[in-house]
Amino acid sequence: MIELDNVAYNYGGAELFSGLNLALAPGSFHFLTGPSGAGKTTLLKLCYGELIATAGQVRLFGQDARGLGRDAVAQTRRRIGVVHQNCEFLDHLPVAENIALPLTVSGRAATPEDLRDLLGWVGLTGQAEQVPPELSGGERQRAALARAVIMSPEVILADEPTGNVDWEMSQRLLSLLVELNKMGKTVLIATHDLALIRAAKAQVSARVLRLADRKLQLAGASL
Amino acid sequence: MSEILRRILALLSGDAQADRAVPPTGFTARLTVLTAGAMAFLAVFALALSLATGRLADRWSAELAQTSTLRISAPQEQMAAQTQAALTVLQTTPGVAQARPLTADEQRALLAPWFGPDLPVETLPIPQLIEIIEDGAGYDATGLRARLQAEVPGAVLDDHTRWREPLVEAASRLRLLGFVSMMLIAGATAAMITLAANAALSANAQVIRVMRLVGAQDIYIARAFVRRFTLRAFLGAGAGMGAGLLAVLLLPSTDAAGGFLTGLGFQGWHWLLPLTIPVLAAIVAFVATRQAALRTLKEQS
Repeated sequence: MIELDNVAYNYGGAELFSGLNLALAPGSFHFLTGPSGAGKTTLLKLCYGELIATAGQVRLFGQDARGLGRDAVAQTRRRIGVVHQNCEFLDHLPVAENIALPLTVSGRAATPEDLRDLLGWVGLTGQAEQVPPELSGGERQRAALARAVIMSPEVILADEPTGNVDWEMSQRLLSLLVELNKMGKTVLIATHDLALIRAAKAQVSARVLRLADRKLQLAGASL
Repeated sequence: MSEILRRILALLSGDAQADRAVPPTGFTARLTVLTAGAMAFLAVFALALSLATGRLADRWSAELAQTSTLRISAPQEQMAAQTQAALTVLQTTPGVAQARPLTADEQRALLAPWFGPDLPVETLPIPQLIEIIEDGAGYDATGLRARLQAEVPGAVLDDHTRWREPLVEAASRLRLLGFVSMMLIAGATAAMITLAANAALSANAQVIRVMRLVGAQDIYIARAFVRRFTLRAFLGAGAGMGAGLLAVLLLPSTDAAGGFLTGLGFQGWHWLLPLTIPVLAAIVAFVATRQAALRTLKEQS
């Protein structure tokens, strides 16, 4: 589905990581952890074509990311739902329209029923007509998750999805991601929240990867 | 051209959802409308100038080419005889449709701008003028001059060539100037709209980032900007054209005495030509914004 083969990435002339291998199999659940600045966000960006590897090969659904044109990258992103760390939205549009945006840009329209169900699933029914600046941190994260899944993507990539929310909200977001995984979606979550990882391992069979010292390794069983 | 028109029609039919993706406000909106309006206003005058000078060139060319003047300078006691002799020559000259001596009143009217209305032309040694109207083929000026020299020594033939050519040339240059002005207006409009589009794209970097994140292709993002700028240019140019037409309508009307200067207007079906200005402004805005948007999106990727 998404494969990284001996990938390196340089940032500002310095090597962020190298010799990195990763394969996200269909239906798998991965955590990506590591210290701040290790390159977790960069690794995620490689996985959805936002960045191109300095060396090695990234394959998105079997295609070399380096050979994809901008339109092909856009098409690929419709198969990958991304929850960004800072949850950017179109601030002038209501939450419901923001969530439906992936469908809109692909020339489709969300039915009111589907949109209502999705808003209910993430607990934002009452916020549908609000604009993003009016949402709390947790509400923004859930709106971002709803937007990431509205196209029913095969892969969900989440970058610190619980970074700005309290523990209770973290658990709620985690439950939503676990639920998606049980529906067959491939999930990769970048986080430094070890408590969240421990909570997840009680609910789902997850692999935990640690990105540190420019290398990606399977984390120890202590996690 | 048809491909561009097809795209513009598809653009105008629009995608309301895509249009909503870009915030509707901002100084670029006002700048585009104002620029298009001002440029359309100027374009109306440039078009009017171009058409009016074209008409002038045609009129001068036609009128002056069909008429000429014979001036007879002779002592007062010989004037009538020489005039009659000249008329006889002219009446037997192939290509001359009509020849008649100007009356004292007509000569007085010609001199009135310089000497006032009460000039006693009958008592002054003023040459007698004979107006010659040519038929379609015209006469042989060289042959006529030779005959006049032999039979009416005091006659001088002026077929207007000497001052007709510079006038027609000047009018043609003015017409060209009008077209060049319209080209410059179109270029300036394109440049201003490109600047406004670039500013809008920079101001909406987050919008572009979010749209890309959710899988929007460049052409989709560009279309949201292009549609908006095209419509703004169309509406602004429409308003500018309306104001320009009103200003042209309010110009003094053409009359015989002031025909040279007050003919700056539209005649007949030419009144319809300014209607193309908003459409052309929209085409210019469409091309300029589309290129600016696609270039910027490519640079940002």
